[in-house]
Formats: sequence, structure tokens, C-alpha cells
Amino acid sequence: MARIELNEIKHSYHPNPTDDEDFALKRIHTVWEDGGAYALLGPSGCGKTTMLNIISGLLKPSHGSISYDDTDVSAMQPEDRNIAQVFQFPVLYDTMTVYQNLAFPLKNRGVAKADIDKRVDEIAEALDLKQDLHKRASGLSADAKQKISLGRGLVRSDVAAILFDEPLTVIDPHLKWDLRRKLKEIHKEFKLTMIYVTHDQVEAMTFADQIVVMYEGEIVQTGTPEELFETPEHTFVGYFIGSPGMNFLECTVDGALALVGGETIPIIPSYADKAMRAGGKLKIGIRPMYVGLHAEAVEDGIAAEVINIEDQGFCKIVTAKFGDNAIKARIKDDRSIPDGKCWLTFPPEKTKLYCDERLVK
Amino acid sequence: MSKWENNRAWFFILPVFVIVAFSAIIPLMTVVNYSVQDIFGPGQRFFVGLEWFREVLLDTRLHDALWRQLTFSGLVLLIEMPLGVAIALTMPKKGWASSLCLVILALPLLIPWNVIGTIWIIFTRPDIGLMGSLINSAGISFDHTANAFDAWTTLMLMEVWHWTPLVVLLAFAGLRAIPEAYYQAAKIDGASPWAIFRYIQLPKMRGVLTIALLLRFMDSFLIYAEPFVLTGGGPGNATTFLSIYLVKIAVGQFDLGPAAAFSLIYFLIILLFCWLFYQALQAVEGGEKS
Repeated sequence: MARIELNEIKHSYHPNPTDDEDFALKRIHTVWEDGGAYALLGPSGCGKTTMLNIISGLLKPSHGSISYDDTDVSAMQPEDRNIAQVFQFPVLYDTMTVYQNLAFPLKNRGVAKADIDKRVDEIAEALDLKQDLHKRASGLSADAKQKISLGRGLVRSDVAAILFDEPLTVIDPHLKWDLRRKLKEIHKEFKLTMIYVTHDQVEAMTFADQIVVMYEGEIVQTGTPEELFETPEHTFVGYFIGSPGMNFLECTVDGALALVGGETIPIIPSYADKAMRAGGKLKIGIRPMYVGLHAEAVEDGIAAEVINIEDQGFCKIVTAKFGDNAIKARIKDDRSIPDGKCWLTFPPEKTKLYCDERLVK
Repeated sequence: MSKWENNRAWFFILPVFVIVAFSAIIPLMTVVNYSVQDIFGPGQRFFVGLEWFREVLLDTRLHDALWRQLTFSGLVLLIEMPLGVAIALTMPKKGWASSLCLVILALPLLIPWNVIGTIWIIFTRPDIGLMGSLINSAGISFDHTANAFDAWTTLMLMEVWHWTPLVVLLAFAGLRAIPEAYYQAAKIDGASPWAIFRYIQLPKMRGVLTIALLLRFMDSFLIYAEPFVLTGGGPGNATTFLSIYLVKIAVGQFDLGPAAAFSLIYFLIILLFCWLFYQALQAVEGGEKS
């Protein structure tokens, strides 16, 4: 168990990186607190796995250093860092039994036989592998194989952290829930630092206390699921979290009004002031669930046209258009939806402004 | 109409029948035919039943040749399999160095077999051969034409030089097919290099090594051209393997009946060993599945 600190980490897979585009990780400077359950969320190719491999030591970063509990481990091999990592696809020692697979990381570290037995038993119990303990690992189903991989990651109780690299990709959907809950239980019980890489926001939100969102080799926001939802600090977070993602419209700000394609949207005056002073390219952002949709003209309402209604069962996603701008609104299922012409409202307290893709604070 | 169409299908499989008949069935049946007759000349032959088989099976020179052959194949497998795997493990994994190694290793496989024998005759000659003269100048008498042990040494060296690359190529291909994640997991799990070999590399190479084992067994059991050129079966009968002895009977003494019976027995022995190897390896695999 340890507090993991990444200092000014940069990494490039090119031997001689020249510009920013060559870097898989552009500038990572962050801390993973001891005992935290983190999710590392981001689209494919954003550098999640690179970051994980740097933490575990499978990869040496081009720049920067990494420390566990204030000890610099940058030069250490993974086996010396005392860290566990679970990979996307099951990695098994084919000729071993399930028991031998689970015991392998302990045996390599010279743990006493009785302790190995006890620990393997606990993990097999937690992952529901007990009935297969003395079978050959290679003959089992894909689910069971990945559970063994997970088990090998969990079996050492003294690790600095356990890193999961999209470990549930190959698992059946109904089992995913089970296993994620198991992992959470194990986290609670043993208070291990866990970092869970995923590109699935639901997986991230159900697993983690803190979600770290990555985009193009950078961490764009770290926060609780609620913080990510309510105040995305980067347009990417707004777009990536939530279904559908946040609405973004290019705008200019004039006094307490945002101008979008000739229409005006009211903004809290002090907030608008900050945005004006920030002085970059501005965008207005609002979550679909906060967009007001009205059948009649209302104060500050913008006249729009309903162009599409998507019924999601528990709610409806309405797409409305004014000028060239399309806005998605999430409407409760029991509400009637105006046909054709409608009026949109943007509650000022839920309307965010972004300057060069970053939140105006 | 439909009947005609059905019959036409026979024309499509006819070429296969013809090819198989001429390449396998007719020659094999000719040998079977010879093996049960005593042939003096065209039109002069007598049916002798299993007489030739009895004679051949009781022939002590054939027994000696068979033991020699088994010893040879056993040594070949014992040396070439571990050596091939060891070379594959230590070879550069990628880049130009890897390609260069592969090309150099593949060279012996491209040389015609009788040329290989010739190369080694010259290489080991005590007077002008590089190896032969070096050993003799070191004060050790070495002559593969005079000394049985030297003949075997030369033969084994030649065989290992010639065919280990095949094992290397197969093992290397098997190693390259192991996903990187296995090595990463092993690092995380703190596995020693020996454990990585024992629990990852060796099990993952089992398929290609099975093929290597069968190929090397069959080829070494059938070896003819190289010892024929290098030693001609001598000195004495020291390197007279089954195939060399067979050719002596068939071509040298023109005893077609015994030679045919011998051929069939030879064929059955190879079939038996391949079946045994295959069964043994299947049993290992089956054990891992259960």
C-alpha cells in the first residue's frame, strides 16, 4: 500500500520526439492517494495503458520520475516495485493448475507454504474459483481464465497498488457486474490502492471513488462521478461523460448575455465577466437534462424546431435546432413533447462557459 | 439428365485417383508383389510366401543396422532439440540482426544433401581439410575413413550443423507467437528466467516442437545421401544405416525379394515410431486439458 506520485512524466514511443504529437503522454503530474479506488477513463489511444505500464515499471518514461511513498522507484524493475497488474486478456500459465497459477506470485517471493494456502483460499473464495482449484487452468472458460488473472493480481496482500487494464473486456456482461462488485468489496476489505483503466464510463463510475479522465495524453480532470457530471473542466469530459454528452455551442459573450447565432442566452453576470476577461475562443456548454423545452413562448426562450425524438424508455432525447445549432434535451418520459415548433431555455446556474476547451472558473 | 450430371463428378476426382495410384498405391503394391516372390529373371519367378520376411527379420546385420539407426536418431533428437531451442532463445528478437541470423541459419537447409556430404569430406580430410588438419596438428589422430568413432563424430557434427537450423526456425516462430502480455505478467509476478522458460515459453512452443520432433525423427531415420557420400557405410559397417544396407541388398546384390520385404518392414517401423511419438505427445496434451 502506497501513495504513488508521478512527477512531470512525459513519454514518447519515438526515439527522437520532436513535437507534441510524438508524445503518448504529454505532461502527467499527479498523485494517487494510498488506499484509493481510481478509474482511469478515456477513449482508446489516449495513453491509459502507457500510463499504467509506467506506474508498474513495464515501461520507462522518457521524462520525469515516479515515487511510491516518497521513495523514487523510477529505476526499479516491476518485480522490485511490488506492484500487481491485471491485463486486458487472460494471461495464464497453461501447464499449471488454478491453485498453482494463483500461488505463483507468492511462491516466487518465497512466501511460506501455509501462508500461500491461506491466501489462495481466500482469493479463490472471493472469486468463486474454489471448485476449479485443482483443475488445469488451460481447460477453463474465458471467464474463469480472466478470474484467475484477476486472482493473481489480488493474491499478494502487501502490494503498493493493483493496476487493472480493462480487465473485464472478455467477460460476459452479467458477470461484469458481479466481478466489479467483488473488486469493490475486496477494495473495502483490504484498503488497497486500485487503479482501474477503462473506456466505459459506467464501469468507471460504479467502481471508483475518483475518476481520472485522460484525453490525448493528458489528464483533463480528476474528480468524483458527480463533479465530472456537474462541472466538467474540459469540453472533452462534458462530451465523454453522460449519455448523451454535453451540448456545446460556439458563442461570444456580451455583458450578461451569450450570443449564439443571433440568439441570446442569459449568463450569471460575474461569470460572464470572467469569460470575457479569459479572452479565448468561447463555447457555451449545458447538459441535456438541464435544457428546458417548452411548447409556448417563455421568457428568455429561444424559438427552435424539434427535428428528432429518441425514446430511451425511461426518458426521451429530443434534438431541436435553431439556426445552424442543434441542441439535445433529455425529457422525462411522462412529459408531452411539442410537435415542430418549441422554445428552449438555458438555466443560468447550469450553463457553463468554456474558453479554448477549458472551463471558465 | 441428373444421372449424367452425377456421373460427371467422377471426372473431377479422377486426376486425384490417378496421381495417388501412380505415386503411392502402384509402387507400394509392386513392392508387396516383389516381397512374396523369388525372382530370377523376366518370367522366371516363384511364389515364396513370407519366406523373405522371415529371412530379413532373422538377419543379424539388419538388427545391427536397426540399432545403429535408432542410436543415430536418438542422438540426433537429444542434441538437436535442446540445441535448437537454446539457439532460438538466445537469438536477437527483432531488427536486422534477427533477419541476418535467420538467413545464416537457413543456409545449410538450402544445400543439396549430397553436396553436404562432399563439403564435410573435404572439411574433415586430415591432409587439406580445415577441421581434419587442425585436429591432427593438435596431436590427435582423426580420420573418419579409418576410425569408427571419428566417422560417427563427423556424421553427428554434419547432421547437427545441417538440421539444427530447422529446429531453430520452428522454435523461433513459436517464441515470436507468444503475446508480450505473458512476459509482462511474468515480470509483475516476479518469475525467474527459468520459470519464464518452464511455464511460458516451453508450453507455448509445444505445438511447433512436436512438429520439429516428428520431422527430425523421420528424416534422421531415413538418412541416406549424407552418410553414403561421407562414409559409404564404413569404416567396416560402422555407419551402415538401414537405408544404406537396404540399397546394398537391392542395388548391390540385386536381391529384389528380400529388399522388398525389408522396405515394408522399414516402412512399418517408421510408422510405428511416429504413432508412438504422436500418442505420447497427445497424452501430454490431454493431461493438460483435463
